[in-house]
Amino acid sequence: MAGESQSTVGYIQHHLTNLTYGKLPAGYERLDESGHVHEVLTQDTWTLAHSGAEASDMGFMAIHVDSMLWSIGLGFLFLVIFARIAKRAHSGVPRGAQNILEMIIGFIDQTVKDGFHHKNAMIAPMALTIFMWILLMNTMDLVPVDWIPAFMGWVTGNPHFFFKVVPTTDPNVTLGMGFTVFGLMVYFTIAKKGFMGFVKELTLHPFHSPKWYVNILLVPINFALEAISWISKPISLGLRLFGNMYAGEMIFILIATMFGAGLVLGIFAGVLQWAWAVFHILVITLQAFVFMVLTIVYMATAHQIEEEDQFH
Amino acid sequence: MNINLTLIGQSISFLFFVWFSYKFVWGAIRTAMDEREKQIADGLDAADRAGRDLELAQEKATKQLREAKAEAATIIDAANKRASQIVEEAKDVARTEGERLKAAAEAQIEQDVNRAKEQLRSQVAKLALVGAEKVLEASIDESVHKDMVDKLAASL
Repeated sequence: MAGESQSTVGYIQHHLTNLTYGKLPAGYERLDESGHVHEVLTQDTWTLAHSGAEASDMGFMAIHVDSMLWSIGLGFLFLVIFARIAKRAHSGVPRGAQNILEMIIGFIDQTVKDGFHHKNAMIAPMALTIFMWILLMNTMDLVPVDWIPAFMGWVTGNPHFFFKVVPTTDPNVTLGMGFTVFGLMVYFTIAKKGFMGFVKELTLHPFHSPKWYVNILLVPINFALEAISWISKPISLGLRLFGNMYAGEMIFILIATMFGAGLVLGIFAGVLQWAWAVFHILVITLQAFVFMVLTIVYMATAHQIEEEDQFH
Repeated sequence: MNINLTLIGQSISFLFFVWFSYKFVWGAIRTAMDEREKQIADGLDAADRAGRDLELAQEKATKQLREAKAEAATIIDAANKRASQIVEEAKDVARTEGERLKAAAEAQIEQDVNRAKEQLRSQVAKLALVGAEKVLEASIDESVHKDMVDKLAASL
């Protein structure tokens, strides 16, 4: 629970601020908690942001330490466990962990086979990574919102230490994955159809005319439409996941603000939190699955050679 | 809610994790699964084959049994036929033997009868002569009436 001195707004803001390590420019005025200038920087400084305002003033040259820590940590957690199981995997009767892993692999493999009919050995491992990783990052949402930040506050001795534990509520994380998928899409399109094929795809669809002089007029229209359709893919991928997880996290935080408001409300909040967590299990799994399936579909589109291209 | 280097950090970790999962997770586990699938398929195939073999063997056994039965029946038939044939032959032999014996006996009897008749005849002639001698005594001359008495004896 938040300290009594903290207002509800402050509590929520605190929970929505990442632990940011970044560069503050020379001449930057650092404020203390009461709003007075605490220190003026004499040169560019890489440091931890002490407030949300400082974090945003750092601009692009900053990194969310908590997001990266959790996301990389969780990624390694599942991959190292999986790799250990895979190393000992045998074709005899599967037992225990191998059974679970084979179930997951079988499920992913089936999904990939349903949506992706081309030859590319990278797609299935990518789908596995996306599904498991996002699932784990989302699952951090089920940890009561105050536990880990409070623990980190106790460890660092600073009760206002910023520490977000759900990486997927950070748009950097979700958009980062979205844009990586986008980059792979562009890469595979060019690898499969050549650079001219990629250009053609951007400029000769959806409107196409057999007469070249009409085509020239259609090219800018096509390009505008295709560009929007391409760029909307990674953004929708990233924002869908971010929006769902952020909204879920926000509701957990709002429920958590009720814990300090008396016994009756506290119990009510407990029930609410439990109910929301149960519902959220669905969202967590669904969002991981949706991200994976859409990635598979985008990869399939990138590999697809249009029929009319084949006759050229 | 700031967009910053985290985006790039996440991208790099994502690519690394995809590579890691491709290299150390997917291949190994998929190989094991495929191998097992193959083993199971082979096992099912073998079971199928064994089933078919069993069926064939049973069919063969039944056929052989049927053939053996038929053969046995033929053999018994032949034996029966042979037995009755032997009995028939024995009967024939017995009958001919009997007939032969009968014929021999009859011939013997006829011979004996003839011999008896001959003896009787000679005895009767002698007896008649003796009787006549006694009756006639001197009136009849043996040398004169012998021819007549002999004729009488022969007509018996």
